[in-house]
Amino acid sequence: MAIKDFPIEEYVLPGNAACPGCPSTMGLRTVLKALGKKTILTIPACCTAVIQSWYPYTSFNVPTLNIAFEAAASAASGIAAALKKLGEEDINVVVWAGDGGTYDIGLQALSGAIERQTNFLYICYNNQIYSNTGIQRSGATPYAAWTTTTVKGKKEFRKDIGEIIIAHHVPYAATACVSYPEDLYNKVKKTMGIRGPKYIEILAPCPPGWRFSMDKTVEMGKLAVETGAWILYEYENGKLSFNGISKSIAEGKYKPKPVEDWLKLQGRFSHLFKPEKDIVRINAIKDHIRDTWEHYKKLASL
Amino acid sequence: MKKYNVKTGISYPKIGAMGKTGTWRIFKPILDKNKCIKCLRCWVFCPESAIKRRNDSVEIDYDYCKGCGVCANVCPVKAIVMAKEER
Repeated sequence: MAIKDFPIEEYVLPGNAACPGCPSTMGLRTVLKALGKKTILTIPACCTAVIQSWYPYTSFNVPTLNIAFEAAASAASGIAAALKKLGEEDINVVVWAGDGGTYDIGLQALSGAIERQTNFLYICYNNQIYSNTGIQRSGATPYAAWTTTTVKGKKEFRKDIGEIIIAHHVPYAATACVSYPEDLYNKVKKTMGIRGPKYIEILAPCPPGWRFSMDKTVEMGKLAVETGAWILYEYENGKLSFNGISKSIAEGKYKPKPVEDWLKLQGRFSHLFKPEKDIVRINAIKDHIRDTWEHYKKLASL
Repeated sequence: MKKYNVKTGISYPKIGAMGKTGTWRIFKPILDKNKCIKCLRCWVFCPESAIKRRNDSVEIDYDYCKGCGVCANVCPVKAIVMAKEER
């Protein structure tokens, strides 16, 4: 779907509480344009719970349930069960959760909801930190990234949640990035025709959390994909395939940019470049990206 | 707007639920309609829904634009420039 064919309706209203340049509202606008107004959102504790603004007003023009951090997927299970009983199964049940509420705190509820074959769409917008509470490390934070709880850079690599979801044998799982709205729109549209649990993870470059200028949100997401640090893929009917630039990288038609191009624009990696270049840790990041690619290429060839 | 009779707290949608967020702005996007090629990239990427689409053309809603500059940065022909806000 081309941008000019996107619906004109806005479900994220202006005058909300998001930071300037927020990737969450950017992604949610595209997602809700694809889903349309017959949608019920479930939002656990995350930035988006705050972005809605204060009682008695909300900036979201679709019914939204705010729920405890760990309970988003189980609450959505309840909504899906209620809609089934009411015979209104044409309504989209959607969870919009951050990476803290997906990778760490909400994982058991998500795993349970998928195992019960709940008919819902779970979207994780991954900004790789607990941004709402002031930039703490999460299971999604990449190696060597600064956060307020990893001041010298994180020592561990991020959890690969996509594979955990795929191990549940879901009918549909995909990754996307806010910088590619057409790709995101098509993926969300595709889930609407599939019954059962669906999972989409969106990379959301967060200006205050990643420490870059607020006008660079789109650029930062693009660079993550172009350097191969973020892989766009789709898992459908037991088959994994790459999309967009990631497809060209996998086929060898596009030479990924050096990962330093992406790292040095972010303040959270600035300790890797000054006072002098930390070659050991930069090489560890490069090795990890290469290994991840090898692994995913293997999965795609299965 | 339909009101619901429920016992729990319920919020209703409103444009400007946090007030006129345009007052947050330090830099202001200025659109040159002669340069605009109507690709709508600024509209789709605006995190604030503050760029309004009128058929194929766009308009900036200065009441709510927070001045992040994403629109100026994604514009392929540089039809949007950021200028210091004067109040």
